[in-house]
Amino acid sequence: MELILAFITAILYAAGLYLMLRRSMVKLLIGLTLLSNGANLLIFLLGRLTRGKPPVIGDDEKYLSGLYADPIPQALILTAIVISFGLTAFAIILLKRVYIVTNTDDLDNLNTTDDI
Amino acid sequence: MKSIILKRATVYLLPLLLLFSVFILLRGHYEPGGGFVGGLIASIAFVLHAFANGLKNTQKFLVYHPGILIPSGLAISLLSGFISMFKGEAYMKGAWLAKPVPVIGSVGTPLFFDIGVYFVVIGVTLTILFTISETTTQ
Amino acid sequence: MLLAVLSGFLLAVFFLFAGKLFKSGASILLSLLPLSLFVYFLSFAHLIAAGEPQTFRYEWIPTAGIHLSFYLDGLSLLFALLITGIGTLVYLYASAYLKGHHYLDRFFGYLSLFMGSMLGLVLSDNLLTLFVFWELTSISSFFLIGFNNDSEASRKSALQALAITGGGGFLLLSGIILLNSITGTFSLQEMLQQRDTIQNHAFYGLLLFFIFGGAFTKSAQFPFHFWLPGAMKAPTPVSAYLHSATMVKAGVYLLARFTPLLGQHSYWNTTLMIIGGITMLYAAIHAIFRTDLKSILAYSTISALGMLVFLIGIGTQRSLIAAAVFILVHALYKAGLFLVAGVIDHETGTRDVTELNGLQKVMKPLAIAGLLAALSNAGIPFTFGFLGKDLVYEATLATGWLAPWLTAAVVLTNILLLFAGFLAGIKPFTKQLPQKFSHVHLPSPLMWAPPLLLGVGGLLFGSMPGIVDKTLVQPVVFAMHGAAVDIPLKIWHGFNLVLLLSVLTITAGVFLFFFLKPSHERLATVERLQVISPKSLLLRLYKGVENFSFSYTRTMQNGYLRVYILTILLFTIGLLAYRLFTGVQISLDTSSFSPYSFYEIVIVVIMFIAVLITMFTTSRLAAVAAMSVVGYSLCLLFVFYSAPDLAMTQFAIDTLTVVLFVLVLFKLPPFLQFANTAIKIRDGVISLLFGALIFIIAIEVLNESVNKEISEFYATNSYLMAKGKNVVNVILVDFRGADTMIEITVLTIAAIGVYSLLKLKVSHSEKE
Repeated sequence: MELILAFITAILYAAGLYLMLRRSMVKLLIGLTLLSNGANLLIFLLGRLTRGKPPVIGDDEKYLSGLYADPIPQALILTAIVISFGLTAFAIILLKRVYIVTNTDDLDNLNTTDDI
Repeated sequence: MKSIILKRATVYLLPLLLLFSVFILLRGHYEPGGGFVGGLIASIAFVLHAFANGLKNTQKFLVYHPGILIPSGLAISLLSGFISMFKGEAYMKGAWLAKPVPVIGSVGTPLFFDIGVYFVVIGVTLTILFTISETTTQ
Repeated sequence: MLLAVLSGFLLAVFFLFAGKLFKSGASILLSLLPLSLFVYFLSFAHLIAAGEPQTFRYEWIPTAGIHLSFYLDGLSLLFALLITGIGTLVYLYASAYLKGHHYLDRFFGYLSLFMGSMLGLVLSDNLLTLFVFWELTSISSFFLIGFNNDSEASRKSALQALAITGGGGFLLLSGIILLNSITGTFSLQEMLQQRDTIQNHAFYGLLLFFIFGGAFTKSAQFPFHFWLPGAMKAPTPVSAYLHSATMVKAGVYLLARFTPLLGQHSYWNTTLMIIGGITMLYAAIHAIFRTDLKSILAYSTISALGMLVFLIGIGTQRSLIAAAVFILVHALYKAGLFLVAGVIDHETGTRDVTELNGLQKVMKPLAIAGLLAALSNAGIPFTFGFLGKDLVYEATLATGWLAPWLTAAVVLTNILLLFAGFLAGIKPFTKQLPQKFSHVHLPSPLMWAPPLLLGVGGLLFGSMPGIVDKTLVQPVVFAMHGAAVDIPLKIWHGFNLVLLLSVLTITAGVFLFFFLKPSHERLATVERLQVISPKSLLLRLYKGVENFSFSYTRTMQNGYLRVYILTILLFTIGLLAYRLFTGVQISLDTSSFSPYSFYEIVIVVIMFIAVLITMFTTSRLAAVAAMSVVGYSLCLLFVFYSAPDLAMTQFAIDTLTVVLFVLVLFKLPPFLQFANTAIKIRDGVISLLFGALIFIIAIEVLNESVNKEISEFYATNSYLMAKGKNVVNVILVDFRGADTMIEITVLTIAAIGVYSLLKLKVSHSEKE
């Protein structure tokens, strides 16, 4: 299963980067979201896959034992998901603001304002 | 998106979802859940309400601007860390009540910290979304 | 002692608040500070002469091993006396020279800053504090050169001097750190114990490079000499003080100081002799073609500095004595000549030697001062210069097979220097006084007395060398050489080769003086050679670097976001691919992998399709919807692989993100097709390459064994220490609570950013 997940991680990266290389700002943002999904999946994958044993201590136990999912990547990804929401929100607003000011979605048009 | 069904439904959904979010928040220390998820669920509840009834009504319903939750939440989280210092221990070292409270379990400073996170997340999400929809509907 | 060193700084700070008080005549009182310091240091002379170096130690940053420890031996005493003694005269002189100047307070502030740092430099035992003072002298010199800050040439010269001495300071710091890593101490006296370790160390050559870099730039050695003539833009008292008597000798001081530690090694001796030799000849030849008084003096100063470096390079006891005497001799006559030149400039308004004539009729005392200085420079018997020159010849004659060459070089340099000295000290005063200078009159005694005093000093030491021999010269040589000196200073050595050479020097120099008249034509001829001088070469290099960085910036920072991304991607791909193919054995071991399962494969397929739709749809809404499908599938994967917290969060965030996108985007027009197919294919290939690299890296990492130590800590202690059973949540709110605190702060900042970006009205100017 790891092979397939690694494959989809690679696809997420490639698609995210491809979209970020486009001239449209909306595509840039969608690409960014895909890329952060890909990064989260990569961390998750590298933390090893464990099925059906969340890192929660059972009712009668005092600590985790045997096979359990690694809690550290999960804590990292949880943080990353929430932060990336803040980032996406901020980026979208920037996009909107730029759209209001320049009336264009084309990133290249932003260059010309330097000359004015 | 002014659907009658959704409008009626949110009347019951909002309190239910809010209750659920609090439940998720409080059980976070023992079962999956916690401040982040709880806060997000609560925000979704309000967003749903805003979709059904219009932003104006939601804001009227909330009375205060959701932004007020951000500093409050930050303050709760920050101050919860000081409690253990009264016991002469390091900042943010957990301190617990001697006896567990029914339903919630043992109550300690990490719980207050999580409640702070809960408020900040609600405040941030709603501030962002409300600001955006305010300016787009203009 | 601490107060003595810091008093200059205190005075400089004092000027910040009370400088205005001293704009009038009160500035003459300021010279009391260097004078009292001079007396203070003089009071140590008998102790030093008795062979008792003084140590003063004050704690500064004890944890970093930095102390303010001052060490006073012959060498530092000589410099301290020069700094304070000449300082006193320069303070007096400047108070008349710059009388009524708008920034007089500023000038004395910089000057005091310089005096304090120079004293600190020569007294420091700790090399780090020495470095700090070293840099401070460069900085105060920068301010003083650029004192006339409304002249562009001044500012340019100041920057040039700072760039060169600052660059040298950087090398010196490297050298000091290297020394510290070899010896484990920053104290010079402690390093002396480990002399052999250092000299046999593999990095000895590199160490010399660093130390020489610092010393040569500071002391204007070839090819870094050109900042010194530029520094003549400073007011003349500054040139006399910093750029001939004291600061430029800091490099010489450094070499002298390091002689017992690094000297007596062939690398050391050869380099110093070659560089010093080239400098003294090169600058002396340059000096005789100049027509500007200060220019002549600047080049002859460089030449003298070269000779000092050369003498230290020879490294015998005799040459070190010669160096010690020559430091004193040179400081006396060169400062004198500068001060004389300053008066001439001040009174006549020109420094052009071809125009200056006959001034002795109107400025008799000054003419005497100039004559005395020029004679001392020439090495006429009974001047101090005579002793100095004899010692130099004795030193070079005793160098074995090299003796003829070295002696010839020194004799030639001395002849040219003599000519330059006569040009600056005697030429302006002889012959007929031109009509246009007839109104010139003698300035206040504050201006002519200091050079006269310096001249008389030279005469005094020259006729009675006993005054300085035991008290000053021998302790200096002892500090450099480490052995008691057995050669006393004498005026008369009998009829020998040295005397013959002296006579030859004087005759040839005087001959030159009568036949070679300074002229602008010759100067112009020499100027043409400027094209290949180190200065213009360095300037061209500088220009080249500037042009390169301009064009580099224009290509790399062109303002197209995707070009930046593309550059980063290509670079990363190149780097990772290189490493993968050269250093990594790529292997695939599926034995530890989890089994394939139907549900997950279905999810991955859905994700794949959603990604394709996101990429190729022309509708924004469809793209956003497909993007959310990717997120929800990811959420399901989290459910399958035991991450319920992640699944919940991902679900909520994905929902909110879609809401966000829809809110903002549903009013925008559909995507436009900007790029042509070729660019799309190029981008596609690069993206896929990067994806492939990620795939390989992921698989390779999965093949490695995993370290679970930290995870186990959390797994074991989550309930026992933090009373929580959901380990992920416990990590977030308890074990790593501070991180979460920061995280919610970041979220807060994002919210504030969004709020202010949208609530801010678009102003009219922004819209255009």
